[in-house]
Formats: sequence, C-alpha cells, structure tokens
Amino acid sequence: MSDTAAVVHEEHSHEHHDSSLQHHFATYEQQMDAGKIGMWLFLATEILLFGGLFVGFALMQSKYPEAFVQAHHHLDKNLGFLNTVVLLVSSFTMVMAVHCAKTEQRKKVLVYLLITLACAAIFLCVKYFEYEHKIHEGLLPGKFYTHVGDTVPHQFVFFSFYFMMTGLHGLHIVGGMAAITWIFFRAKKGDFNHQYYTPIDLVGLYWHLVDLIWIYLFPLLYLIS
Amino acid sequence: MSETTHTTTHDNHDANQPKIYAAVLGALLILTFITVGASKIQFGSGMINVVIALTIATIKASLVALFFMHLIHDKAMNSIILVSSFTFLAVFIGFCYTDASTRDDLKPLGLKVKAPAVAGAPGATPAAPPAPAEGHHN
Repeated sequence: MSDTAAVVHEEHSHEHHDSSLQHHFATYEQQMDAGKIGMWLFLATEILLFGGLFVGFALMQSKYPEAFVQAHHHLDKNLGFLNTVVLLVSSFTMVMAVHCAKTEQRKKVLVYLLITLACAAIFLCVKYFEYEHKIHEGLLPGKFYTHVGDTVPHQFVFFSFYFMMTGLHGLHIVGGMAAITWIFFRAKKGDFNHQYYTPIDLVGLYWHLVDLIWIYLFPLLYLIS
Repeated sequence: MSETTHTTTHDNHDANQPKIYAAVLGALLILTFITVGASKIQFGSGMINVVIALTIATIKASLVALFFMHLIHDKAMNSIILVSSFTFLAVFIGFCYTDASTRDDLKPLGLKVKAPAVAGAPGATPAAPPAPAEGHHN
C-alpha cells in the first residue's frame, strides 16, 4: 500500500527520470530487483558453463597427475599472480563505480570505470604474452601440441584445458570490456542517478563473476603440486 | 518507518561502503599471497595442497560475492540462485568423479572372457580370479 504512495511521490519529484522507469514496474526498486534476478540467473548459467570445464579438468588431472604437474611448470606463476592482482583491483574499482553511481558522484563513476577498463586491458596484454610464449614453444591443445623433450606423456591434455578455460575466460573479459564501455558512455550522458543505476550494477555483477572464476582458475592451473 | 529516517540510515550505510570495499580488497590480496605461499610448501600428499588452495579460493569467492556483489544486503533470492548453481555444480563434479574413479572396477561381462588370454604377464589380473566363472554367463 505504501507502493502507490511511492509511485505518486516519484512522479511528482522526478519527472525527468520517468523514462528510465519502465511502465510495467511500479517502483525503481522493483525494476532493479527484477533486473538483478535476471542477471543472477544468467550468472548461474555462466557458472555451469565453466563448471563443465572444471569437471573435465578434475577428471583429467586425476587420470594424468604427473603430466599435469610437469605441464604446469611451463606457466609463469608471476604473470598469473600479477593477473590475479589486476583483476581483484578491477573488481574493487568496479564496485566503487557502482557506489559512486548510487551516490551520484558522476565524475568519479567515469574515473573508476576507466580504471576498470585499464585493468582489463592489462590483464589481456599479460595473457597475450603468456599465449605467445606457449605458441612459440608448441605448448598447444590436442594435436597441435608440438613441444619436444617431454619426459612425461599426455601433457597436451593440460594445455587443452589451459587454452579452453583461459580462452573462454578471456572472451568474457572482452565482453565485460564492451559492457563497461557501454555504461561508461551512458554514465557520461548522465543516464544514471541514485534511483536508476541498474545497468552499472548489473555489469558490475557480471564483472565480479569473471573475477570470481579467475580466483579458481589461478590456483588450479598455475599452482598445482 | 518514516521516509526521513530511512534516507539517513541509507546515507550512513552508503558513506561506509568505500571503506568496507577497500578492506575486502586488502583481504583478497592477502589471501592471494597466502595461496601462492601455500603452493610452495609441500603438505604431505598433493591432495592436501589442492584442498588448501580451493579452500582459500572459496573464501575469496565468498568475499567477492558477499561484498562486491552485494549479496550480504541483497534479497535472499539472489543468494539462493548463486548457492543452488554451486550445489548443482557439486553434484555434477561429485557424480562424474565417483563414476570415473570406480570405472576400473566395473568389468563388463564381455571383456572378462578376453582377460585370461591377455593375462600372460604375471600379476596383470590379480583382481580377476573370482570372476571368470561368471564370464560365460550368456
């Protein structure tokens, strides 16, 4: 019953915001909750998508444990660590962008989104150098594996998973960068205010999930013993 | 509750958020150092190292989900969706793992007939002896 009062209140005091409240929602809060549930359902499918790769990785690692340990020595732990730190920092700047959008500090929103984008770019650059090194040494998936001098067979299995998991994760980073660029321009236009910042919040959720997946990928791929 | 009290508590809450976020980032970075440090120490079998690494990763993931993804203040439905997706992932991993790890013990009837022929090598089929009689079942 207080909902109707809220609607009337919003219609009077925020007329210029009305276009951001879709007509089928009674309040901004309801609109935001609906958007969030949709995003979380999408994130659940993302977890299951990566889950398939994690299951395959676990099974193959238990089948060829020595090969996986040998193969992971070809990865640069320091670069993996650097990328972990970069992604964690980018998650922090992303959540700060959401916070600033909510508190209407518009300049700061833009700054934090730019830092997040820069972190994503650093992550991809580091990944590029890692990939280049592996391609150069022939440490490639399946039949493309041409590395010579292995003492333990089946190391190509590890690199199949390495490239599929980090590759799929990398594509998610690229997608996240596109989404962040989109909300950057919307924020610049002044589309967001304390009532309506759903797009930034939802892109933030997606970005944190990408970070969350890397939190598991880093120890599994780089730190096996 | 009146609208004014609601907004003031909300503002206080918002003002504290950056500090909380910074603290969470600090905790995440420290946990990352611990993960790397723990990976350099060999705890008994390799399995213990994996368990330690995954436990730390799960603590980090929980921090990200609770604070950066706002689940701690959010409607319960969003947490339920996340937890249920991890539950089904656990079912997925659990069943696949038990399947794969017990597969060698499953000896299809058709294969048992061939087993003695290959068993020229000593000790190759120590587990087989009780079974051969059943091999000619069909």
